[in-house]
Amino acid sequence: MAKPLLILVVDPIKCDAYGHCAEIAPEIIALDPWGYPIIKGKVVGAARAHAEMAVRQCPRQALALRTESGNLDRPVGSTRR
Amino acid sequence: MNGNRLLEGVNPTSPLTLSQHLEVHGTLTVPGKRANPAWNDAMLAELVTSGLRGRGGARFPTATKVTYVASQRQKARMVVNLMEGEPASQKDSVLAAFAPHLILDGAQVLAALVGADRIIVCIADDNDPVAQLMERAIHERRGLDERAVEIERPRGRYVASEETALGHYLDEGLSLPRFRASRPAPTMARSRVLLVDNAETCANVGLIAHHGGSWWANGDANHAPETTLVTISGAVETPGVFEVALGMNVAAIVQLANPRGAISGLLLGGYGGTWVSAAALGAPYSVAGLAPFRGNLGAGIIVVLGDDVCPLAETARIARWMSNESAGQCGPCLFGLPQMAGQLEALAAGRHSANADRSLLDLADIIEGRGACAHPDGVIRMVRTALSVFAYDIALHQRSGTCGRVSAKTQLSLPPQEELF
Repeated sequence: MAKPLLILVVDPIKCDAYGHCAEIAPEIIALDPWGYPIIKGKVVGAARAHAEMAVRQCPRQALALRTESGNLDRPVGSTRR
Repeated sequence: MNGNRLLEGVNPTSPLTLSQHLEVHGTLTVPGKRANPAWNDAMLAELVTSGLRGRGGARFPTATKVTYVASQRQKARMVVNLMEGEPASQKDSVLAAFAPHLILDGAQVLAALVGADRIIVCIADDNDPVAQLMERAIHERRGLDERAVEIERPRGRYVASEETALGHYLDEGLSLPRFRASRPAPTMARSRVLLVDNAETCANVGLIAHHGGSWWANGDANHAPETTLVTISGAVETPGVFEVALGMNVAAIVQLANPRGAISGLLLGGYGGTWVSAAALGAPYSVAGLAPFRGNLGAGIIVVLGDDVCPLAETARIARWMSNESAGQCGPCLFGLPQMAGQLEALAAGRHSANADRSLLDLADIIEGRGACAHPDGVIRMVRTALSVFAYDIALHQRSGTCGRVSAKTQLSLPPQEELF
């Protein structure tokens, strides 16, 4: 069975514009004029590893990966290694 | 034909007492805390038949929301949203002041449908008169209802009436919206799932429970079909709240408030609503009727813009006021809205950069959909429609610095904002 498509979700209340995510996953994340992330598209192919790293490295823990059906992809979002 | 259904039989100077209310609408038996599935099924069917949609602004089908909340694992609690966070809206306060028992009837029905043990009525902390009137109505009903009704007083701020902000307030006393990672997501407070319905929505549920879903949708010889409350303000002699039949001609509705002189546009829905041109005066006041003008009903707000004031200055004032109402939790709203307001102020004052309209649209695209709540999206909707409806005025401002109207004059109600979050 094909893997479900993942979407990167920003919690805009937690986010404090550190900008690490855009450096780690530039193919998915751009920064707005004030340094807050803009999600450019779905997480496909090799971008997944970058997306997972961005989730883990966010200083505010403001990022999560979610399946398209809306469920949070817990193991990634909760940064268990 | 009598347009009044929600406001039927009301006295001009005092609320309907419980006995007067019972004379107008008859008695209503709502199951107590012990669930009555047969009653629930029948009442839900009436709600579905009516087609009622929420009157807080989003116009979401009420029956669907009830079913969703009832399907959650957690126990439910009923919340009546009487916050009236929109400064240009008075309709929920008027409804509470004249027909409080219809709101409470509907709240009891909705509470029974989702199995809620109690009802919380949220009234802004700067609206004491309405809180006192509701308090009195609740007191009158002692012994009538099995479910207790309590009043809570969150901050009288724009975003405080947002559903997740009400949940947050009931949880921790903070009137700040919360982030939902996926939707739909239940609004929680104190481990309960909340059914939050606007006061006018509750009153309509009261009507449906008393008179049936089919009557509600179609009316009868003495009553109009579906009605809605509108608050008319701006360039009018007699601003106020009116109950009108859905689909009534917009010009005829505006006439109720006696407009002063020529009209150059209308702001519909609220400060996060939509500007429409004077051409919309010929349209029916309904979702379908206003769709060609990209207008929405929102919370029933109609602000009449007279053609003696500068529409860009008015738009800038609303944008600045809304920007100040941001809870300041999300970057795009915290930084984006002040920038948007600043660009609009520059455009209105004729000290803008070239392509000011293009730059505003780009800014709107950057901000849209990136707040935890819909506050920034509402401002963007208002600004985008202003750019399109007042395109000619913008061209004049860009060429000559002004449209020739008085920009210092305002027809808007913009409450003071000293206390920030």
